[in-house]
Amino acid sequence: MASRVRAVTAVAGAAALAAVPVVAAALQEPFYLDLVRRVMIFAIAAVSLDLILGYGGMVSFGHAAYLGIGAYAVAVPALHGVHSGWLQWPLAMGVSALAALVIGAISLRTSGVYFIMITLAFAQMLYYLGISIEAWGGDDGMRLARRSRFGGPVDLADPYVFYYVVLALLLAVLALGHRVIHARFGMVVRAARSNEARARAIGFSPFRYRLAAFVMAGAVCGLAGALLANQTEYVTPGFMHWTRSGDIMVMVILGGMGTFVGPVAGAVAFLLLENVLSAWTVHWQIILGPLLILVVLYARRGLWGAVSGGSLGRG
Amino acid sequence: MTAVLVVEQCLNGLQLGVMLFLMAAGLTLVFGIMNLVNLAHGSLYMVGAYLSVAFLEMSGSFLAAVALALPATLVVGMLVEVVALRSLYERDHLDQVLATFGLILFFNEAVSIVWGRAALFTSVPPALGGFVEILPGIRYPVYRATIILVGLAVALGLALVVSRTRVGMLVRAGASNRTMVAALGVNVRLLYTVVFGVGAALAGLGGLMAGPIYTVQPGMGEEILILVFVVIVIGGIGSIRGAVVGAIVVGMVDTLGRAFLKPMLATVLSPPAADSAGPALASMLIYILMAAVLYFRPQGLFPAVRG
Repeated sequence: MASRVRAVTAVAGAAALAAVPVVAAALQEPFYLDLVRRVMIFAIAAVSLDLILGYGGMVSFGHAAYLGIGAYAVAVPALHGVHSGWLQWPLAMGVSALAALVIGAISLRTSGVYFIMITLAFAQMLYYLGISIEAWGGDDGMRLARRSRFGGPVDLADPYVFYYVVLALLLAVLALGHRVIHARFGMVVRAARSNEARARAIGFSPFRYRLAAFVMAGAVCGLAGALLANQTEYVTPGFMHWTRSGDIMVMVILGGMGTFVGPVAGAVAFLLLENVLSAWTVHWQIILGPLLILVVLYARRGLWGAVSGGSLGRG
Repeated sequence: MTAVLVVEQCLNGLQLGVMLFLMAAGLTLVFGIMNLVNLAHGSLYMVGAYLSVAFLEMSGSFLAAVALALPATLVVGMLVEVVALRSLYERDHLDQVLATFGLILFFNEAVSIVWGRAALFTSVPPALGGFVEILPGIRYPVYRATIILVGLAVALGLALVVSRTRVGMLVRAGASNRTMVAALGVNVRLLYTVVFGVGAALAGLGGLMAGPIYTVQPGMGEEILILVFVVIVIGGIGSIRGAVVGAIVVGMVDTLGRAFLKPMLATVLSPPAADSAGPALASMLIYILMAAVLYFRPQGLFPAVRG
């Protein structure tokens, strides 16, 4: 029963996202198109984090690093006159994966609170690196001269086309993630989370599987970064700031970790909340902060957990 | 000339290390004893800085500001512990990270509502102004020298309290086996609140002394907090000795790297290349150090013994 509720909700959600441009056009409110596109980009980032956080039990507090790397992988080639998305986006995923490989190889030697602090510190290192590179705009970052070019009908300058590209990528990431998690690989990653000793006892070395998942999550988040650079049309080190990592983590937890719909729902809820509260007062974070504490204390399974009645989270 | 500069920068490194230690001590104690990851520790540093500025403006006296700001930060810390954190001790680290992230948002916003988002500047108290001649020909600001002395005194005092007094014994016992301590009739709840309050006051002391040399602004706590994470990861979480060593090492490496990496690179690379690589490398230096330490000792240099 619960699985059927989940399936229906997921399909309804996808249909609702697909209908947003139509509704926005009818209402003549292009702002909503922009907002929901932003939500979906962060949903991709949140899903990638959930892959390691929810399923793998790796509390990475530096996930925004890959968002920044992905964004810079679009803006830096653009600075040198290379606008092809066929080059920029794979570059974004490749460099992010490489960074995740290095960071993961060092961080995964530790666990628990060390892991949290180390991933945070590495992300912050990249943030300061971004600030100190004057050629790339330093603290101010740089403007993107034009969005990534793909040729043919795929013209990202058209907000509707861009919207559906993001939606397609979100669905692709969800589908791929679902396959990975339910494949043998995902089973091992989840087994290592729930009981590392047993996973070892039956002959798996969790480190390699964890590292592979970590790299995968980094690459997907790098893609989200490339999209984000196209969305905002500028890039700053602020993309990598640790509060951004915190935001993505909040989306995952708020929505319900260890699920696929959860992070998407979390991204929707978080960014809508931000939108509503910040319209209401500039000091909106004074409401968000205590709200977060309340969610942690009283609603541990997140929004999606409350709706679907079951999650793979910390049961 | 260069020898003077080297000594001066070493002292600056020591001074940063001492500030880091004041933060790291509280964080590492709270983690060691309560098993709590407290991201909001930087907020207490910020609260200490703002309260001392406010009390200074009210009273006009630096001593009065210190005497008021420290207990006030202690109280704020204890309140935070009782209201928000107490129920998180048994939760996993992820929950703690999120809840204390929420606390950071709250504190940063609260401070900017009361004092505004712009940075506040305070000056060094007149009694501590001027320079002192440390070695013949080497003059160092009295205020920074005072920070070093206060920090070293606190470190020594803390070590004595933890190793020689009854409270310190309870703290050590609580760190190694809290269930047993509670079973022996110690009021563990109260112990936790007190330890948290003392940690908060130490962070507040750091913030208070930071006021005149760094800028006082919302978010100031997080900048130093991340350095402090590096400190306790290098030193070993839960260990006071590790906090001392880690703080001094990070303070030195960071300060000396920023001061001398560029000229050193300039001897190997072309000046423009050194100009761009120097600052970039200097800002990454402590993280590279951390990665190196972890590679060889994943539990830090002085892993705390846990029961």
